Amino acid sequence: MLLIHCPYCAMERPEIEFRHAGEAHVARAPDPSQLDDETWAEFLYFRSNPKGVHAERWRHVHGCGRFFNALRDTVSDRLLVTYKAGEVRPELPPQEHSR
Amino acid sequence: MSAGAFRTATGGRIDRTHTLRFTFDGRPLQGCAGDTLASALLANGRHLVGRSFKYHRPRGIVTSGSEEPNALVTVVRDGGRTTPNLRATQVELYDGLTAISQNRWPSLTRDLGAINDKLSLMFPAGFYYKTFMGPRFLPENWAWTKVFEPAIRRAAGLGRAPTSADPDRYASRYAHCDVLVAGAGPAGLAAALAAAEAGARVIVADEQSEMGGSLLSASRGAINGVPTAQCAADALAQLAGHARVRLLPRTTVFGYFAQNMAGLAERISDHDPSPDPEGPRERLWQVRARHVVIATGAIERPLVFSNNDRPGIMLAGAALTYLNRYGVTPGQRAVIAGSHDGIYAAALDLAGVGVEVAAVLDTRADPQSAAMAAALDAGLPIRTGTCIVGSRGHLRVSEIMIGAPMADGSIRDAGRIPCDCLLMSGGWTPSVHLFSQSRGKLRFDAAAGVFLPGVSAQSETSAGACGGASGLAAVIESGAAAGRTAAQACGFGLGRARAYRVEGILEATEATGHVNAPRLPQGMAKAFVDFQNDVTSRDLELAAREGFRSIEHIKRYTTTGMATDQGKTSNMNALALVSGTLNTTVPDVGLTTFRQPYTPVTFGTLAGMARGDLFDPIRRTSIDGWAQGKGAAFEDVGTWKRAWYFPRAKEDMHAAVARECRTVRAAVGVFDASTLGKIEVVGPDAAEFLERMYVNAFKALKPGRCRYGILLNEAGFVIDDGVIARLAQDRFHVTTTTGGAASVLNMMEDYLQTEWPDLQVWLTSTTEQWAVIAVQGPRARDVIAPLVDGADVGGEALPHMSVCEAKVAGVPARLFRVSFTGELGFEINVPVGAGRSVWEAVAARVEDAGGCAYGTEAMHVLRAEKGYIIVGQETDGTVIPEDLGLGWAIGKSKADFVGRRSLVRPDMIRTDRKQLVGLLTRGRDVLLDDGAQVTSVAAPAKGTAALGHVTSSYHSSVLGKSIALALVRGGRGLMGQRLHVPMPKGAVEVEVVSPVFYDPKGEKLNG
Ligand SMILES: [Zn+2]
Repeated sequence: MLLIHCPYCAMERPEIEFRHAGEAHVARAPDPSQLDDETWAEFLYFRSNPKGVHAERWRHVHGCGRFFNALRDTVSDRLLVTYKAGEVRPELPPQEHSR
Repeated sequence: MSAGAFRTATGGRIDRTHTLRFTFDGRPLQGCAGDTLASALLANGRHLVGRSFKYHRPRGIVTSGSEEPNALVTVVRDGGRTTPNLRATQVELYDGLTAISQNRWPSLTRDLGAINDKLSLMFPAGFYYKTFMGPRFLPENWAWTKVFEPAIRRAAGLGRAPTSADPDRYASRYAHCDVLVAGAGPAGLAAALAAAEAGARVIVADEQSEMGGSLLSASRGAINGVPTAQCAADALAQLAGHARVRLLPRTTVFGYFAQNMAGLAERISDHDPSPDPEGPRERLWQVRARHVVIATGAIERPLVFSNNDRPGIMLAGAALTYLNRYGVTPGQRAVIAGSHDGIYAAALDLAGVGVEVAAVLDTRADPQSAAMAAALDAGLPIRTGTCIVGSRGHLRVSEIMIGAPMADGSIRDAGRIPCDCLLMSGGWTPSVHLFSQSRGKLRFDAAAGVFLPGVSAQSETSAGACGGASGLAAVIESGAAAGRTAAQACGFGLGRARAYRVEGILEATEATGHVNAPRLPQGMAKAFVDFQNDVTSRDLELAAREGFRSIEHIKRYTTTGMATDQGKTSNMNALALVSGTLNTTVPDVGLTTFRQPYTPVTFGTLAGMARGDLFDPIRRTSIDGWAQGKGAAFEDVGTWKRAWYFPRAKEDMHAAVARECRTVRAAVGVFDASTLGKIEVVGPDAAEFLERMYVNAFKALKPGRCRYGILLNEAGFVIDDGVIARLAQDRFHVTTTTGGAASVLNMMEDYLQTEWPDLQVWLTSTTEQWAVIAVQGPRARDVIAPLVDGADVGGEALPHMSVCEAKVAGVPARLFRVSFTGELGFEINVPVGAGRSVWEAVAARVEDAGGCAYGTEAMHVLRAEKGYIIVGQETDGTVIPEDLGLGWAIGKSKADFVGRRSLVRPDMIRTDRKQLVGLLTRGRDVLLDDGAQVTSVAAPAKGTAALGHVTSSYHSSVLGKSIALALVRGGRGLMGQRLHVPMPKGAVEVEVVSPVFYDPKGEKLNG
């Protein structure tokens, strides 16, 4: 069971308090009606699914209830950093990339 | 001699004055307090304890620990308390213990399954893959699947699980500590002492009943002048005196997970002859440690030679343990053989208690060891450069054949030696299982020929033999150093280092001994590598010849290392054999993954209290007790218990539901709708927020009015629905489906927090706050009007789809005028604490008005008569509002809402989408199956796609016929046409009709 740092509660809590919520930084267009079918399908159905560092959303559902973002290495299953919704994706030190 | 002919007169840690009676396969035997089942059987001269998995070969006890591959037994207490596949080496003896052997019929000594051994040419490597595909010439493989495969599968197997439910309780605990020490042998104890003395909180877990590990099995040697076993006792006493230390014997660290979390399985009562029936049998510990010291020791390897699996052949280290810890000798005339100095200590100790040592055979040509010198001094018959090539004997080894390896690789016959036991040592394999589970990278030590911990992935240290330390002094030193390192890693000082002076030990010249890659004479006899799964050297060679190169593939093809012991004694031998056959190195062949659990863990331990009624929370409404009192039948809806129907004298479900439906339509019914999800949406932007979430328009909705809301996902598909009431300009009462309450709130929070954080809206789940009493039927107003205070419930003041606040039966309520039956209807929301009393007041008046309570089944029939959908029944995640005939609900002037963009994708505007229709059967009583397919002809050609499927099907007592709802391709254009529904007893002809079967104009609603 992972320990996850909630950036709102500012503490590490066990994984069972959280729920995964898909890839992060997939913003809904302000006016989807302006998008063509292909762009909309891209938004609906296509995700990056990387081997390595993945920006993803979690919700502290059994805690403060807030959605936040995390960078997780999908190879090691390590959560590298968590940050609040709306914040830009942080840069990682080089060694974290190469892990 | 006490409790067994093979018990020594003195020595060991058993209590000879305390005799324990037990039975094995029905035969009464005696052991001593402190025995394991294995040591007690050996004390009685019993080596034969089981039959092997595939060939049913007679098998004996090989080891003295949890790595035991052969001695699997079933321990019987009573019905559900029967545990198969226990290792006899770990079963603590108690008075009255009943054990039986496994995988034999009719008896252990006369086992008909042993025919498999003679037929073994039929069972080569990959047997299952090659054969269970089935011979193609048999039509449909009937004879194979019905006759041969079941017979073979029955013959190959382990013990049988009991058929009755497990009556025991299992506990679960979370714990945190600075340092977790896995294993309480010399390294673990030294580590625990060092960490505790530096100030760390320490948990020490050991799989055995008595802590001390190899210190308990040594016959000679002292630490700081104190005998080793006494040292263990002293260390344990000191640890027990530390308030910061918790000692967990009988506790296996079975898993090492992310972020230094370990899973521990504690066996609490299995060793107890009369356990506390209220107490738990086992306990799962989930321990989060800041640092882990792995001190799990090493496991001795068997030698691989023909017929190396006869009872009486065991590991030399195990024999030492049985002798020195349990006072048991393995036989009267022993041959001791191997490629490691451990054989000399075993030979000296056995000779010391009067066992005749027939020969000590060292496969090494010129060992040059102090241990050998000591054995030579004692006059033992030692032969170097000698290997074992085979054994004889029926149910027990009686003779071994020896050979001399020649320079050309051949083996020259060197005669035979009669004996009744053979003690072997192929060297020691460090137990790197937990290190590997922690995702640390192993490295291959070519000099020692073993895998050792390499790069750590977590905060841990491997100490002692599992980390490659050799000899007791080095093992203790590495343990003490690991303990101090661990404490330091947790922020404590180094503490003072204890000095350990080890004397009088017969130290081995090498830690592990080289893996004995056997060169076997050609012939029929089997040389076993994996004893538990009956994998022979020939199977591995065959796999290599057939082209398998990676050990991961060879493992799955031959099943080596895949038994319940996960190849603890066999994996290194298998790797050596395969790499030898392929002329490559062990690291090139690779290493299979070490997986949790280290030893088998019961399902009970993993499940803990989460079983039966405690598996999932059970949710009951405030009215539940009333329904129970009326004898209602209940159904599970999610985690809720809902009243299903209220049978009266002699009524079956069909009759009760029919009566309830007729009563609602003719008079009035009362229904507990409390499980509906409820969300309070509040704030200046509440209407804006709901407009964006739901398809409907909400800004124009006036306070006091309701709207039927439909929620889509972004893909445009219907995922929830419910009535939404505007209580005030900035306050909405949103209802959801019973099952959707949590996911709808989660979705709303998601959009609010991450897409539209600028909106000023607050969301609160109020599902559990309100009891909801639905009163439905032409007399509904008559029933509630006298109970309502402070509001006019007349049709003009409170029309269909409106809401007001009032007192009902004296309780402040939100009173809705809504209907899910098509009748005049109200839903009274009162605080849940008053739910029961208001319900009783309402129900009494319903009864007086000729009405009744109705359950969820009648609710379903009534709504289906009106063509009202149930999300999840009429929808399946591919249905848009238009498909359901609900396009009218969409706010056409809205610029955006969740899913809106998807509704104009090309597939969504096709005219041949599946659409909701009604179906009527010609025979009025023919009931279609839910989910049955709808086709254009009675017997469509194979491969024809269905037109759709039946989503709901009921018998309507009000209409006097069966009705069904269905999703049918282009269905609204097929009104009046005949289609077919294939059913198990033949296709049923149906007519496509409107989905609204009852009161299509809706006149009843608006009374
Ligand atoms: Zn939080």
